[in-house]
Amino acid sequence: MAGAAFKNTWQEKRAFSNRVAVASAFVLLLLGVLIYRLVQLQSVQHEYFVTRSDENRMRVHPVVGVRGLIFDRNGVVLAENLPAYRLEITPEQSPDLNDTVDRLSQIISITARERERFFARVEASASFDQIPLKLNLDGDDLARFEVNRRQFPGVNVRAGLTRHYPLGEVTAHIVGYVGGITASDLQRVDPERYRGASYIGKTGIERQYEPLLHGDPGSQLIEADALGRRLRQLDYTHPTPGKTLYLTLDAHLQQAAKAAFEGRNGAAVALDVNTGEILAMVSVPSYEPGDFIDGISHKRYAELTEDTSRPLFHRAIQGQYPPGSTIKPIMALAGLESGVFNRRSRVHCPGYYQLPDSTRRHRDWKRRGHGTVDTHEAIAQSCDVYFYDLAHRLEIDRIHDFLEQFGLGSRTGVDIPNETTGLLPSREWKRRVRSENWYPGETLNIGIGQGFMLTTPLQLAEATARVATRGAGARPHLLRQIKDNSSGEVQAVAIEPLPRITLQDASHWDEIHDAMVAVVHGRTGTARRIGEDAAYRIAGKTGTAQVAGLAQEDDEAPQLTDVPYHLRDHALFVAYAPADAPKVAVAVIAEHSGSGGAVASPIARRILDVALGHDNDPGVLPTQP
Amino acid sequence: MNLENNNAAYSGWTRLHLDGPLLALLALLTSIGLFTVYSATGQDMNMVIAQGKRIALGLVALIVVAQCPPEWFRTLTPWAYLAGTVMLIAVLVLGDTSKGAQRWLDLGFVRFQPSELMKFAVPLMVATFLHERRLPPRLIAIALSATIIGIPTVLIAQQPDLGTALLVVSAGGFALYFAALRWRLILGAVALAGAAAPLLWHNMHDYQRRRVMTLLDPSSDPTGAGYHIIQSKIAIGSGGWDGKGWLMGTQARLDFLPEANTDFIFAVFAEEFGLIGVLGLLTVYLLIIARGLYIATRAQDTFSRLVVGSLSLTFFIYLFVNIGMVIGLLPVVGVPLPLVSYGGTSMVSLLASFGLIMSIHTHRKLLSS
Repeated sequence: MAGAAFKNTWQEKRAFSNRVAVASAFVLLLLGVLIYRLVQLQSVQHEYFVTRSDENRMRVHPVVGVRGLIFDRNGVVLAENLPAYRLEITPEQSPDLNDTVDRLSQIISITARERERFFARVEASASFDQIPLKLNLDGDDLARFEVNRRQFPGVNVRAGLTRHYPLGEVTAHIVGYVGGITASDLQRVDPERYRGASYIGKTGIERQYEPLLHGDPGSQLIEADALGRRLRQLDYTHPTPGKTLYLTLDAHLQQAAKAAFEGRNGAAVALDVNTGEILAMVSVPSYEPGDFIDGISHKRYAELTEDTSRPLFHRAIQGQYPPGSTIKPIMALAGLESGVFNRRSRVHCPGYYQLPDSTRRHRDWKRRGHGTVDTHEAIAQSCDVYFYDLAHRLEIDRIHDFLEQFGLGSRTGVDIPNETTGLLPSREWKRRVRSENWYPGETLNIGIGQGFMLTTPLQLAEATARVATRGAGARPHLLRQIKDNSSGEVQAVAIEPLPRITLQDASHWDEIHDAMVAVVHGRTGTARRIGEDAAYRIAGKTGTAQVAGLAQEDDEAPQLTDVPYHLRDHALFVAYAPADAPKVAVAVIAEHSGSGGAVASPIARRILDVALGHDNDPGVLPTQP
Repeated sequence: MNLENNNAAYSGWTRLHLDGPLLALLALLTSIGLFTVYSATGQDMNMVIAQGKRIALGLVALIVVAQCPPEWFRTLTPWAYLAGTVMLIAVLVLGDTSKGAQRWLDLGFVRFQPSELMKFAVPLMVATFLHERRLPPRLIAIALSATIIGIPTVLIAQQPDLGTALLVVSAGGFALYFAALRWRLILGAVALAGAAAPLLWHNMHDYQRRRVMTLLDPSSDPTGAGYHIIQSKIAIGSGGWDGKGWLMGTQARLDFLPEANTDFIFAVFAEEFGLIGVLGLLTVYLLIIARGLYIATRAQDTFSRLVVGSLSLTFFIYLFVNIGMVIGLLPVVGVPLPLVSYGGTSMVSLLASFGLIMSIHTHRKLLSS
């Protein structure tokens, strides 16, 4: 060969084969390293990486359980879930957002604020997110959009559920409302149950029975890509709907009771005397609960809170009023039961009362006096002097201890939040709270339900029910039945009897009962106006609660219209009927309306008429199918 | 041996200047590549067709190159090397900037990476240079070979493209290695490289250092540079023994794996076909390299031996660097999985290099020993 002179071909070829052999070993060694590593990844650590891979691609999305409905005792809807349509735009599917929104606003009204909020959210969201432009589309908007739908790629209408209260103001204080979930709400519930939820009960039944009404979320296992775009559903767990609640309320009665106030402010409660079921509980004025659901506007909220008639205030359980003369039947019972008076005891009423060592005259509402009255007449005519004398003889501690049995001065335990206690004063109370001694003159005021004494309308209704049942009665409550929507099972809420009030002489009940019937049906009764044409017999008691301590020395009682509204007396009336077999107890307070006989008793009569089925205009409310 | 040689000589493959076994293995590998690209691109048929066209173009290049006698390449090599070096200088002076590094040269009608040419021109140049010389090379020959390798390496490292620079060094180095460079010199060079490592580290760009740091601890930067490695390991590891099935790999399909159809396509394959599939794929690669090394041993002159040997080993190094990077053994450098990754330049140039191997194998003179 030509190059043989300086190249040893054979030797070179042998050396080359040698190098190939070493290179092969080198290749096999490095491949071994790769395979070792691959076995580690794919076999030894396989489970770990499967988990990591699943974590990458799977997202769990909560599916909200439908909130339970609320019905009245007859199946009238008080709270329901209505479809709400919202307009959403997916930016990546919509070519020119500004143009799209401009064109949409030609067929649907879109406010500047909605527009602004939408574009703010577009900035903060992924391009494949569905961003709401307008919430709660009405039917016309919806129809106009559907017709033009093809011109709007990337624009969708999404159906959701929102809470609706068909009776609005009529049941607002009882049913309450739901609202957006805040951080403080989440502290009182299990946040796990609220994943994906938008509403939580804020007041009333909605808040009280939140754990029952709220449905448990289900979940949706979604496969998502690296950008978070949802691709398909891998698994689905059904949510559990909330429980349906049936209240003790009679929506028709509730409506009638509210209407009976004819624009006055006040409160009324109607109880089933035997079961404690609240048939109606009205507080007027009221408010529209729907305004609160998706966040009330500052303006609207300011209007509600600055309104001097306080529409948000639930007078029936939070309002604390002097019971006035409505306390007299129980006071008289205390007198009989303690032996201070018996049924034949008589008191002379000259139109005023003077304590033995005092010159101060405690006036009777009737300037000329009632003459000589016994217990029966004292109640029927509402003679103040009789009760001044009785209270003086009983003294404050005996009064306190006896009245306490009727639930005055403590919460009734009704099943909605924010009930107040009222005030049943005693020597001990005054020392503790005011660091003062009790004066005998103060006892006289307590005798006619004035002075320190304060009661809520619900307490008055409960006390009246206890008189009506002669010491029996049950805890006032609003929830009647709970329906589990998964099993279809209906569970009745147990009646909770109150500790029985036993008298040493049960005939004292009859004495008081007869006197209360005489208030309505007697010749001299203070509420005889409502008894005249009643188809059934009513036992009742009027009351007029002084708001401001008018000078006792004035010779003439001022005319109602001469006094500024906020200083006028409250008109009260408590009653139960039918008198001989009591079913319903009622307490009515009409604020700043003058005398109980004139104003409050007709409202009570109207409520009793409807409650007992003596209503000429039953009205029609939609009920559950 | 002679008998076998004669059989080969008269077989149809030889007359076509092609190597049957190698061609079959290349066809198998590129087909696997097409299926994997289809899955990695989210079942994008257009990309599969584009890749198919590149394979076809590469096969044409392979066939054309195989027809040319090896002597032509020996003659052409110095000119190619010279042109490549000039273009590397041109790139540094006026090249396009892509991803922070100047690598592309815009020739008006085509954008071209001169460093890609040098991956082949350098070992060929070393082989040409050593062809007529006595082996093992003497010191002066070694020094000149080192210069041949060094000039383009430094130019490429300046771009900066450290990955390609290292591949060019290895390709040239393999030629020297097969030229029976003495072991003590090889060991000395390796020791020198080890000693120079801190110096290299000092001269690295920040992003290059970050890649190395990320390799050592991917969790140090899980959303940035570490993301690639973390997601790729999840893809491979979750594949397990038998894989999730073709088109069923969630990491690639749902875009968690970046560059799934190019540099990280191995992770897609490993996720969908599991360890069993991976071992099969590595076997195909191993057979191609084995066939290359076998052809090298049968070559009849120095140039042919050095060229085929170094091309075969370089092919393995591409494979090793790519898989090493994807499984988190090596830093992230832009090296595709040879003949499988989506992309044009490397597909065509690699198939052409196999054409050269076939040319060398089928243009042997029929000698009896």
